[in-house]
Amino acid sequence: MSSRLSTGGKLIDRSLSKEFMFNGRRLKGFEGDTLASALLANDQVMVGRSFKYHRPRGIVASGSEEPNALMETGSGSKLEPNQRATTTKLFDGMRVKSQNHWPTLEFDLGAINSTFSKFFPAGFYYKTFIHPRFAWKYLFEPIIRKAAGLGNAPKEKDCDTYEYFYAHVDLLIIGGGIAGLAAASSAVKSGLKVLIVEQNDYWGGRAIVDEINIENGSGSDWIYQQVKSLSNEKNVNLRLNMMAAGVYDHGYVLLHETLTDGSNKKMELRQRLWRVRAKQTIVATGAIERPLAFAGNDLPGVMLASAVRDYLVNFGVSCGDRTVIVTNNDDAYRTAILMKNAGLEVPCIIDARPSVSESLSKQVQSLGIKILTGKAVSTVTGSKRVEGVAICSHAGSGEVLETVACDCVAMSGGWSPVVHLWSHCGGKLEWDKKNYMFKPDLTSAPLGANGEGMLTVAGTANGFLISRDVLSDGYTKSKEIIKALTGKVPKISMEKAHSGDESEILPVWFMPQGATRKLKSKTWLDFQNDVKVSDVELAAQEGFESVEHTKRYTTLGMATDQGKLSNINGLAVLSNSLNVSIPDVGTTTFRPPFQPISLGAIAGEARHELFKPIRKTSIHNWINANGGVWEPVADWRRPFCFQRNGESIKEAVEREIVNTRTNCGILDASTLGKILVKGPDAARFLDMIYTNVMSNLKVGKCRYGLMCSENGFLSDDGVVARLSDDSYLCHTTSGGSDRIHAHMEEWLQTEWWDWKVYTLNLTEQFSQIAIVGPKARQLIEKMGVDGLDLSPEGLPFMGFSEGFIAGISVRIFRISFSGELSYEIAVPALKAQEFWDLALISGEEFEVMPYGTEALHVMRAEKGFIMIGDETDGTVIPQDLGLDWAISKKKEDFIGKRAQMRSFMKSENRWKLVGLKTIDPSVVLPDGCYAVDGESNSYGHKNMIGRVTSSYFSPTLERSIALALVENGPDRMNEILNFPNLDGSVTKAAICDPVFFDKEGKNQNV
Amino acid sequence: MLVILCPYCGVEAEETELTAGGEAHLERFGPSSSDSEFENYLFMRKNEKGITFERWHHTYGCGKWFHAARCSMTMEIFGTYPAQTSKPPKKLISMIKKKRPEWGEGK
Amino acid sequence: MRKYSVAAIVREALRYNAGWERAWRSPEPKKQYDAVIIGAGGHGLATAYYLGKNHGIKNVAIIEKGWLGGGNTGRNTTIIRSNYLQDSSAAIYEKARSLYETLSQELNYNVMFSPRGVMMLAQTEHEIRGYRRTAHANNLQGVETEFIDPKTVKKLCPIIELSGPRFPVLGALWQPRGGTARHDAVAWGYARACSDMGMDIIQKCEVTDILKSNGKVVGVETTKGVIKTHNLGIIVAGNSSILAEKAGFRLPIESVSLQALVSEPVKPCMDVVVMANTVHGYMSQSDKGEMVIGGGTDGFNNYTQRGSFHHIEETVRALIETFPIISRLKMLRQWGGVVDVTGDRSPIISKTPLEGCFINCGWGTGGFKAIPGSGWAMAETMANGSPSQLASAFSLDRFREGRFIDESVAAGVAH
Repeated sequence: MSSRLSTGGKLIDRSLSKEFMFNGRRLKGFEGDTLASALLANDQVMVGRSFKYHRPRGIVASGSEEPNALMETGSGSKLEPNQRATTTKLFDGMRVKSQNHWPTLEFDLGAINSTFSKFFPAGFYYKTFIHPRFAWKYLFEPIIRKAAGLGNAPKEKDCDTYEYFYAHVDLLIIGGGIAGLAAASSAVKSGLKVLIVEQNDYWGGRAIVDEINIENGSGSDWIYQQVKSLSNEKNVNLRLNMMAAGVYDHGYVLLHETLTDGSNKKMELRQRLWRVRAKQTIVATGAIERPLAFAGNDLPGVMLASAVRDYLVNFGVSCGDRTVIVTNNDDAYRTAILMKNAGLEVPCIIDARPSVSESLSKQVQSLGIKILTGKAVSTVTGSKRVEGVAICSHAGSGEVLETVACDCVAMSGGWSPVVHLWSHCGGKLEWDKKNYMFKPDLTSAPLGANGEGMLTVAGTANGFLISRDVLSDGYTKSKEIIKALTGKVPKISMEKAHSGDESEILPVWFMPQGATRKLKSKTWLDFQNDVKVSDVELAAQEGFESVEHTKRYTTLGMATDQGKLSNINGLAVLSNSLNVSIPDVGTTTFRPPFQPISLGAIAGEARHELFKPIRKTSIHNWINANGGVWEPVADWRRPFCFQRNGESIKEAVEREIVNTRTNCGILDASTLGKILVKGPDAARFLDMIYTNVMSNLKVGKCRYGLMCSENGFLSDDGVVARLSDDSYLCHTTSGGSDRIHAHMEEWLQTEWWDWKVYTLNLTEQFSQIAIVGPKARQLIEKMGVDGLDLSPEGLPFMGFSEGFIAGISVRIFRISFSGELSYEIAVPALKAQEFWDLALISGEEFEVMPYGTEALHVMRAEKGFIMIGDETDGTVIPQDLGLDWAISKKKEDFIGKRAQMRSFMKSENRWKLVGLKTIDPSVVLPDGCYAVDGESNSYGHKNMIGRVTSSYFSPTLERSIALALVENGPDRMNEILNFPNLDGSVTKAAICDPVFFDKEGKNQNV
Repeated sequence: MLVILCPYCGVEAEETELTAGGEAHLERFGPSSSDSEFENYLFMRKNEKGITFERWHHTYGCGKWFHAARCSMTMEIFGTYPAQTSKPPKKLISMIKKKRPEWGEGK
Repeated sequence: MRKYSVAAIVREALRYNAGWERAWRSPEPKKQYDAVIIGAGGHGLATAYYLGKNHGIKNVAIIEKGWLGGGNTGRNTTIIRSNYLQDSSAAIYEKARSLYETLSQELNYNVMFSPRGVMMLAQTEHEIRGYRRTAHANNLQGVETEFIDPKTVKKLCPIIELSGPRFPVLGALWQPRGGTARHDAVAWGYARACSDMGMDIIQKCEVTDILKSNGKVVGVETTKGVIKTHNLGIIVAGNSSILAEKAGFRLPIESVSLQALVSEPVKPCMDVVVMANTVHGYMSQSDKGEMVIGGGTDGFNNYTQRGSFHHIEETVRALIETFPIISRLKMLRQWGGVVDVTGDRSPIISKTPLEGCFINCGWGTGGFKAIPGSGWAMAETMANGSPSQLASAFSLDRFREGRFIDESVAAGVAH
């Protein structure tokens, strides 16, 4: 059984015990435990079920490469599925559940998949569930979906918060093992600004466990000293619990910092995402041990040899009383020695190599541990955990020579450098023929903005497996970088690690060499996704020769560990099946993140209101407090209407319209864009920007103008006022101000850069308040005007003046979007609320009422005025809207003119603007409905000949009105069109003039 | 996540400050041009796999348009220069040629 | 070709799967073919398949630079829908969608078409109007869609947040027979069927030049030698401009990176596909349990199959606002694909200035859903030498004529 030893455990504090619940069982651990070490300490060897076959799964690893031990932690708004037990810190009162089983971990009905696993080889999904057709959606897929997935998704909103940090440093070092620390200490001494990060909550990496010697002391002491002296320096930031998630173009590195252990039940700042820009980055991320592939290697109790060692040294946990070691290299011998020295049984080391000779093996033999060379595991016995191993010759096909009882198997298939970060942004790999692993090809680094390598890799990540070389590489790499960044060759005392030589590794991708198909079908490569050696071989047999094909066909390496343990073994098996070399098969692409990171951390603080800030006008708060019913308009909120007590929205809108047309209405039009265009060439410039002529506009006058894209389509409209000879104020739509300003700047800067024009977006500097209706003039006069003549002659339609109203400096435009007598008054934004309040007070006797966007829309539709976004949709040209009068025939050129000369734009059959009156005046045509002519088009669709662009009930006319674009519409006056509704009925409407109300302009020209 | 030097304000701008503006040095064709000249100008693009000359706008910075020479395969930035020119600076061209002798100066 | 069936699986299981044959052959190229297709992605393979099946042209080679299905076919978010506004788009996407309905049976390969329903959220008044308009158009085009209210949205997708503080859900355009399919299986299923018809799929073979004579195509030069043909289809999303240049013409296309990501797998929590275009993100749950997420493109030309992280950020933020429960799920993997974006963001299926050479490209961010329809239309175009009915609106000429197919008008985006 696995258990806690009475002594030992570098990372735990036995004086602080922690209670936690696992599947309802109350268990005990210590401060410093991971969830995995605490479970093992309590003999909880089986911790989950696999994805496909629901087979029992135990802890395999001790770090982020763990594929099996995934737990549900927390609850409610703190529930988190798929937490890796090996990297989750234990806390007092922790509640944990295992996943992917029903009803219990020990008895899982889903395990029936395992019984029939031979019928579910790689790719079986593609070959079956084909008939009957409807069964996939209604029968097979729901069953498969239910069985798949791991943990449960949370049901509640996440109560925690997340934040971003930004860091700019000279040197980022990823990995706090001996290579990273050596690099950091030399770089810091050379005055570089350094950030060094370590994903674990302790420094030193493997050197803590593998007792190495540096200079005259232990590795642990050396690490302690390094960290201590670094902590005293100002130019270094040391961070634990910080994982490098990804490397992106131009050296952008994403780091994920864990801030809490989850013990706090209240809302807390949970994680932090760092975006780092470093002049150089050293990747010193170490290596991951590879499993060995043999039959039954997925049973709980079969673990990585290094993990068995980690649990023993770091946590004082024995993974088994009797541990059999299976290996193809020397490193696993360290596990044997440590276990034996801890008083545990190591019946034998099964070494696939024909002979071993170096110091480690001698040490092992002196401890009385039997070494079986040239041997392999034929199969592991046991059902829910290891009970023994059957041993065979590695050279053979698996005939059992002897069986050894054990409760733990520690396996080592060699080491693979962690090359993920090197590869994320295009760094190439090379195959190390000596150590049988992929390592970074230093001649092919990922390139930064300047085309030079932006990453360096040091230590074990660079393919050095012996501590002596690892440490020395850390110094060497930092030296190179210091030289590159400072221009000086640093003087660094390179401290030395002492380690003996090791015997060479024997490449073993599955054992025994001649394993039968039957054995291979029980030999796991990917423990979580249930991919076996036989599956990869089947993929190769069926022609899935690319490593990407095999990955996708078998799902090898697609589990939550992203193949950290399985990929190399898998592609070696593939290369073996295809009879090509491993480097020729190549790897799949390494993609960020290195370890999964929460979506919450990615979103950071940009949540709720901060997700996208709302733009507010100066009158926003007043509107909010006075019945305004908000509607999102671009980034603004505008009131749809102002609802009074007991009133429906429809009633409110009708009241506002009727009142504006009979008395007086007031509108917050501040969202309208206001762009100042100024300079000697301003007139010439606007002649290019607008389809109309603006150069002949008289100072003090306004003109309605249209803007098109270079592609000819109508993009915005608005009133232009000429303020002086060389300056114009251009009004745009609410959504258009930033876009149109950018459009103007683009043309000025990139096409007509020699023209002397400045533009300035004044949208937020001025609020604009419209006072509209027959009593508008009286109201403003009542407010008290200074320097303004509001008489029809003094300020005629399409004129503007500057002066004071109620003592507030204003620019007053006599323009109208409603067809009524109307003044739009621009006031400094900070004075807007005051102006608004005064207008309401003065307007009381004129029955002034605020109105919203819907009243605005209805009134403009009654007048047949187009609305950008309603009558236009990016495919409409001004000619379609009967706006030919606003398109200059005289100008040689304007933006969009050439485009409008193309054949399709000139076509006779374009859809053009008309009005529509439904035959039944009480029926309002649905927005967006189409007219049909009873024919079919070439696709067999019902032929459409027009569509409704705006449709309202007009309280003024007491009937429905609509604007529409209809094929040749203006030539078809009074024709009755059919508009099919979605319920199958048809609404009939007659084509009419688009101006429904006051065509002569009596109301406006007063 | 690119970083590009704005030649106007001298800021090493993060991509989030910038807006990409497509192929640089397009010659505008107006009302006197043929249909195919206009089509070429407005739509047809080199879309280089390799060194590309392109427009950028320092939207959340100084507000200026500028040009950059960039490799669309490696993201290497060879240089940036003001937008008020109809062709890349000679110095930049010769620098690129030095770095990439096989480059044919585009089509 | 031996048929895939339950019986075959049982038979093979009993002999440890020793008898499964190759899904497709791996031949050396012949000297000449009746038709050559460059690009063994979904669109290329589907084109070849319908050339054989509908037009009897089976002496066909499909040439692939990398591995079949390895481009955008194998790296998209697998959404299938046809709720497009314009007639020409609705026609081809609905053709594709309806072919997907029976594709597993047709190919004897389970492509896992899952018509679980696609909803496009309306989160502004403008979007409501746009989607209502689309629903009206679809009604006349024979595409089954409806505009649903927020209550129905919540019923179909309980994890959705209707009243987010910034962009409340005001309704949705719902296509009940839209859904997803297993992307790799689509490529593999077509590849197996093509190979079975005697067509040669030649992988790891790059086209280095297009051979012309008197304004006509006569063949291609490849890394495996010259292959002659008088009928050439270029179907190479992400590399269209490069092949077009070899053929001697230019395209209205820019290649940009589109990114996607998946979360770790969780038990079923979302049964439909949701697209939120105002905030710009879309999400569905794969059969494996991963939340499959996509968002916006980089604005600049990019041939790297990776993109900038801030797009991932923006997409994830948008989706957490829409689906607050995903905040504690973890991103497992992110990747990118190179997509061809045209001047009007609609695809091109067309003759080219080079006689005998046809092109199918420009599907932007939404090509997967079109694969069967696109292949159908392209095959017809190549077989007849002139644009098929389905393809005619998607010709290259439209940019000169100003005859665009603009889907963005109804607040839609082409994913």
